[in-house]
Amino acid sequence: MQNLISSIASRLVIAVPYLWLLIFFLIPFVIVFKISLSEVAMAIPPYTPVFNLSAGWQAFADNFSQFSWDNYIWLLEDPLYYKAYISSVIIAAVSTVLTLIVGYPIAYGMARAPATIRPTLLMLVILPFWTSFLIRVYAWIGILKPEGLLNQFLMWAHVIDTPLNILNTNTAVFIGIVYSYLPFLVLPIYSALEKMDYSLVEAAEDLGCPPILAFWKITFRLSMPGVIAGCFLVFIPAVGEFVIPDLLGGSQTLMIGKTLWNEFFSNRDWPVSSAVAVILLLLLVVPIVLFQRAEARAQESEK
Amino acid sequence: MNTTWSRFNIASLVFGFAFLYLPIVLLVVFSFNESRLVTVWAGFSTKWYVSLFHNQSFIDAAWVTIRVGLVSATVATILGTLGALAMTRYTRFRGRLLFSAMIYAPLVMPEVITGLSMLLLFVAIGFDRGLWTMILAHITFSMCFVAVVVQSRLVTFDRSLEEAAMDLGATPVTTFFKVTLPVILPAVVSGWMLAFTLSLDDLVISSFTSGPGATTLPMRIYSQVRLGVTPEINAACTILIAIVAVGVIIASIANKRREVQKARDEQAAARN
Amino acid sequence: MKSLGSFRRTFAPWNDPAAKPFIAIENVTKKFGDFAAVNDLSLNIYNREFFALLGASGCGKSTLLRMLAGFEEPTAGRILIDGQDMRGIPPYKRPVNMMFQSYALFPHMTVEGNIAFGLKQEGMPKGDIEARVAEMLKLVKLERFAKRKPHQLSGGQRQRVALARCVAKRPKVLLLDEPLGALDKKLREETQFELMDLQMKLGLTFVVVTHDQEEAMTMADRIAVMDKGKVMQVATPAEVYEAPNSKFVADFIGNVNMFEGTAAAVANGKIDIAVAPENLTIRTDAASKSCTVGQPVGFAIRPEKIRVSRKQPADPSINSAHGELYDIAYFGDMTVFHVKLESGRIIKAASLNAVRTVEDPLGYDDMVWVNFDADAGIVLTA
Repeated sequence: MQNLISSIASRLVIAVPYLWLLIFFLIPFVIVFKISLSEVAMAIPPYTPVFNLSAGWQAFADNFSQFSWDNYIWLLEDPLYYKAYISSVIIAAVSTVLTLIVGYPIAYGMARAPATIRPTLLMLVILPFWTSFLIRVYAWIGILKPEGLLNQFLMWAHVIDTPLNILNTNTAVFIGIVYSYLPFLVLPIYSALEKMDYSLVEAAEDLGCPPILAFWKITFRLSMPGVIAGCFLVFIPAVGEFVIPDLLGGSQTLMIGKTLWNEFFSNRDWPVSSAVAVILLLLLVVPIVLFQRAEARAQESEK
Repeated sequence: MNTTWSRFNIASLVFGFAFLYLPIVLLVVFSFNESRLVTVWAGFSTKWYVSLFHNQSFIDAAWVTIRVGLVSATVATILGTLGALAMTRYTRFRGRLLFSAMIYAPLVMPEVITGLSMLLLFVAIGFDRGLWTMILAHITFSMCFVAVVVQSRLVTFDRSLEEAAMDLGATPVTTFFKVTLPVILPAVVSGWMLAFTLSLDDLVISSFTSGPGATTLPMRIYSQVRLGVTPEINAACTILIAIVAVGVIIASIANKRREVQKARDEQAAARN
Repeated sequence: MKSLGSFRRTFAPWNDPAAKPFIAIENVTKKFGDFAAVNDLSLNIYNREFFALLGASGCGKSTLLRMLAGFEEPTAGRILIDGQDMRGIPPYKRPVNMMFQSYALFPHMTVEGNIAFGLKQEGMPKGDIEARVAEMLKLVKLERFAKRKPHQLSGGQRQRVALARCVAKRPKVLLLDEPLGALDKKLREETQFELMDLQMKLGLTFVVVTHDQEEAMTMADRIAVMDKGKVMQVATPAEVYEAPNSKFVADFIGNVNMFEGTAAAVANGKIDIAVAPENLTIRTDAASKSCTVGQPVGFAIRPEKIRVSRKQPADPSINSAHGELYDIAYFGDMTVFHVKLESGRIIKAASLNAVRTVEDPLGYDDMVWVNFDADAGIVLTA
């Protein structure tokens, strides 16, 4: 009896979260794909049903013949969409590099700080991550506005005479992404650097390696797992970012997350927004798989 | 160590933290501004907080947010902990690769995709959108964060503790509740806190999955922001920040205390 | 009558044909994938025996212990404890308790809570639990520490809590995985005797896994020397040391000088071994060994059985070889001389420093004779 309970319990441990994710994470993607193949109808829900379970298998098969790739053709023909995809990837890539440039010295400084203050520094990096994304993006509006705090400061300091136009440009989007995603990059790099034995660098220097080269050949090389994980954690969500381009970007800022949102909420074209989502997902499958592999490998090596 | 490097380290930390905190500090400061403008200081005032508390739509949104947060964080913590156990304890089961993919993917999945796909699921199965659809959506993405947090604790968990419990006659189920869970509890609690704040902060997925009458605070703030920056929003943001900051700081101070006490105990034990 | 070792052993059920083994391990194999951690292994362990599984890491000793505890199921073969087949019986229903190498004390429970844990699982009445916990605390002399948590204890105290916790359930068999491994050297020596006393007092069967041969020799009634999932020899410490059954065991336990040669003459249990490089004939007196002339045999001799002298002994029945004193290691209680024979072979000879002052001591580069009696070494045919 006890054995039975135990074996049922151990099966439930896997089955419950597994089923939950299948139903609420995986199946929805299948539905998104199906709907991306259907046509807009003006009713609610605003698409013709792709399959109607009550109509049985025949109806299901009939439906298949009605699938159309029109929405995808539409996406290919309208330059707005592919331009949005390309510019999303470029913006995300540039922001990732910028985040790395800003974040690496912070992670390095934390890892080299005295061990007693390291936990405090760690908490200081994590704390903003706990505050709302929306709020953090919102905070930059007041700073970057033409009459905002940054321009006030720069004009007061006589660096500039006329206010800089930053808000509603791509620059503002870069700042927003770097700012919002910084903790995601700093934390994995920090944990890689913290684990590193500093005597390795001392050994390299002892063997005649100049400090800059020792940093590059030893420290940076050993922090690579952290750098890779951090870059994925910034790049992948940044490609589909909506809040930042919406609040900080301008009309010329093209990002696919914003396009999807508008297609869905403004144009109420569910099939096209589904198609946009499918292609975005395809675009991200490779980095997501790479990220997941890297994580799994890191898990294995810790065992 | 080389002093120039140290100076570089300190400089990068100072600039880094200034960059991280200055926007938030400015936001908080201007929530106490007398003027309607959020960029020109006109004197201290708490009037925006007063007006916020008289704004029924904000109060309603706050209630919705808290309810969604409490329910979704609790369920997500249970599911996420089970998921973490499945990942660490059962290294070989059918579909494990898919399972781990489903745990990690939501961490990086653009919210617009998650939100849209969830919404389409609810429409397909004929669920009326509202509070509960939003809760289901929040559970789904936050359980993965919980799973990762708990998993990282379980990886370093000494399995011989469980074996000892079973050796002493405890069944696997008893072992889990009497030994495993109490030991990993701090990680489970921080998983809950993470899930709660993720739910508290979410805008995109909530916007897709909520229905009429279920507006959360971030949704309310977002629709206000689109109309312009006001000190009232700053005040709302400040309250949210304060809640989260107080929670996190209390938790980490408690944690720190425990660790210091433990270190002291261990030193004392080593002496006798 | 002459006997091996330096003391008389009164407890020896393994020599009694009528005695029934308490733990019977029958042809047990445990495979992890293609790798056989334990390979067709059979062992009998008797009631009230202090039994040690000794071997290098990866020899399968821990896997065997874990199979006894029920954490691993044998791939083939069976394990009987007190006559009962253990197949399919989960760890929480076995009449054995284990003391873990890491102690595995529950960090969130006090010392009392840890000791009471197993008793609560049995559903023992509260009053009885309290009494038993108090008794156990007294047994391991930790009465003052009942309310402490594990991290508030020193290493030695934690070890005693772990011991009390698994003894509390009065198991039939106590399994100990490297019980002294986490203690420093001095504490380890003290604790060895405490463990032996406890085992006597409680009348339990102990099965200890260890990689430390001194520990096994000190504590155990019998030792099973393991290698690559097999038992190489099961015998008392004295037999394992003085009469190893193979080159592996001779080499594994203690220090040894090993010669390879062929049997040159066999008569009345006396074997002469011809060792080629030195052109040396070793005369041995090994009554129990049988072999034929021309058969390759090994000869093992412990350093402390070899003497070093300036002159060749006159008695021709004493084996001797000439060489140069090459290295000297002074340990305080004894000195080990490394003598290099003309063939280049190094012979280790240990001498006990029984006196404080020495007349005409040996020094580096002295030419010396190493010599030993005919019955001082072991002839190895395996």
